[in-house]
Amino acid sequence: MALLEANGIRKVYGELTALDGAELTVESNQFHGLIGPNGSGKTTLLKCIAGAETVTAGTVWFMGDEITNNSAASRARSGMSLKFQITSVFDLLSVYDNVLLSLQADQPPWPLICSRTRRDLHSGVMNILQQFRLAAHADALAGELSHGQKQWLEIGMAMAPNPKLLLLDEPTAGMSPEERRVTGELLRPIKSTCSMLIVEHDLDFIKDMSDVITVLEQGRVLERGTPRHIESSERVQEVYVTRV
Amino acid sequence: MANFDSGTSGGSRIVRRFRVITIIELSMLVVFAFLPLLLSVVWSADDSFFWIVFTTKVLILSLFGLSFDLVWGFGGMLSFGQALFFGGSGYVVAVLARDLDVSSAFIVIPLSVIVGLILALLLAAFLLVARKPPSLIFIALGSLTGAYAAERLARAWYYLGGQNGVSVTHPLTIGNIELYEGVGFYYLAFGFLFFVYLGCRFLVRSQFGLVLAGIRQQEERIKFFGYQVQTYKVIMFTLGGGIAGLAGGLYAFHEGFVWPTLMGPTYSTQAVLYVLFGGVGTLAGALIGVAAIEFATMFLADYFQNIWPIILGGLLLVVVVFRPTGLVGLLVSERERIGSFRWRGNKKEESGNE
Ligand SMILES: Nc1ncnc2c1ncn2[C@@H]1O[C@H](COP(=O)(O)OP(=O)(O)O)[C@@H](O)[C@H]1O
Ligand SMILES: [Mg+2]
Repeated sequence: MALLEANGIRKVYGELTALDGAELTVESNQFHGLIGPNGSGKTTLLKCIAGAETVTAGTVWFMGDEITNNSAASRARSGMSLKFQITSVFDLLSVYDNVLLSLQADQPPWPLICSRTRRDLHSGVMNILQQFRLAAHADALAGELSHGQKQWLEIGMAMAPNPKLLLLDEPTAGMSPEERRVTGELLRPIKSTCSMLIVEHDLDFIKDMSDVITVLEQGRVLERGTPRHIESSERVQEVYVTRV
Repeated sequence: MANFDSGTSGGSRIVRRFRVITIIELSMLVVFAFLPLLLSVVWSADDSFFWIVFTTKVLILSLFGLSFDLVWGFGGMLSFGQALFFGGSGYVVAVLARDLDVSSAFIVIPLSVIVGLILALLLAAFLLVARKPPSLIFIALGSLTGAYAAERLARAWYYLGGQNGVSVTHPLTIGNIELYEGVGFYYLAFGFLFFVYLGCRFLVRSQFGLVLAGIRQQEERIKFFGYQVQTYKVIMFTLGGGIAGLAGGLYAFHEGFVWPTLMGPTYSTQAVLYVLFGGVGTLAGALIGVAAIEFATMFLADYFQNIWPIILGGLLLVVVVFRPTGLVGLLVSERERIGSFRWRGNKKEESGNE
């Protein structure tokens, strides 16, 4: 049984068909790359999977359950974690509190009112901050971080609750080449703990990280296979060459 | 703002902020705790009595202001129905006192809280629980309508005294002690305010408070962590109703009667003004707002009877335009206002005080 299965996803915005029967399967402990030119529907597909958008048609299955109509919050609770394309850290909270907010999300209100886990979660928060090179900024406001650091903080927040499936939308957008390299390094070890669906339009960044790559083009799957297969695919070459 | 950098650890700079809010809170605690004593030294018994009665009213209205601050400043819901809970519970205890001679604080106080809680929960179920999250305007207008309807109902209903309202002829009693206006009632109100304030402070600085801060900043984002935002909102709305109810019960017995306006848009707006003026999103701000507006009204309303509402409105506009965070915002940085929720070892993060 695949961890995640999206079948025949259609998403229509008014006149515009953003997704036109896209399919996607993510296996356990798999790094799955999702690439495609700008506007090909990558973000939309990710949003449909995470529950940020409702699908026009099609079904989404997660761990054997159909979740097509579940709320975003319920999907998160069942082990999906999302990093948005647009950075959305909590600017007015400290870096530390941003991570805590993500880490404590599995608890109901009452223990949170009593702050029962504030102490126990401390080391978890610090671990994440260390892992993502933010420990020195724990008390800084998230809004004061550099763009690259905000991206790392978001990845850290998405990682914090130990998700089964991590959905990352352009984690390296706006980063310097050096920051991209570091991000790659930060993401690689995650593989042992969870599956990942990572969106990029840059094939170079994810080709040596992904087990499988799906290429979207105008809301449809153009090609799917190992990075080697994708690189040598003529259809993919065509799209990418005509784009540049 | 004064910052003290104290020490470095593991290469990371730990910034300890001088807590302005704590100082404001401690000052208010001292002033309110010793006010009756102070007044009796400075003034004649008559003058001092007048001021004690007046400040008791301020203390009770502070609970009312606090309730709105929880809902708007922390829960992010613009409620224009706060008076519905305040006046509603005032009416319930007044009618019970009139018809059944109920005046024991052990019944009146819990009852007024419960009435506030229930009314707020009902309104919350109507306003907040829907498939789509309700907009700010929907909540504001919905709660305003609730308050307006309640006021009209009270005006028209003979059983509730119509335009005249209901007199509360009994004093509040604790066992054999009868609490009339004065020092006794003052300290009763003070005690309730003190503990409610402490409770609210505990709540808004808790991990739960962190979620509220997150909801206020990015409500949509919070859902993707798995939080059920509506649950949080219903909790805050209901809690605000309970505290407003407590204030209403005390107010009814302190003023000696309840009247329709108490449930309507006028008092609801009053709560909004207190908090906007004093400082939205800080508990201390709610109290400062109540004190500032009530004192100013008392001194200035006599001199400028007709134009006073305009002056008040103008002042408020100035504060809100230049400092959306109110008077407290003049003294406290945005950062301190929102605060930090991290665990800081065994040293208590906040020293809890009013
Ligand atoms: N909320 C929306 N309303 C209307 N059109 C949208 C919306 N979101 C995305 N689109 C359109 O859907 C198409 C796919 O967008 P998107 O999924 O963001 O592409 P990608 O992430 O691959 O660059 C684009 O043509 C975009 O303009
Ligand atoms: Mg995109």
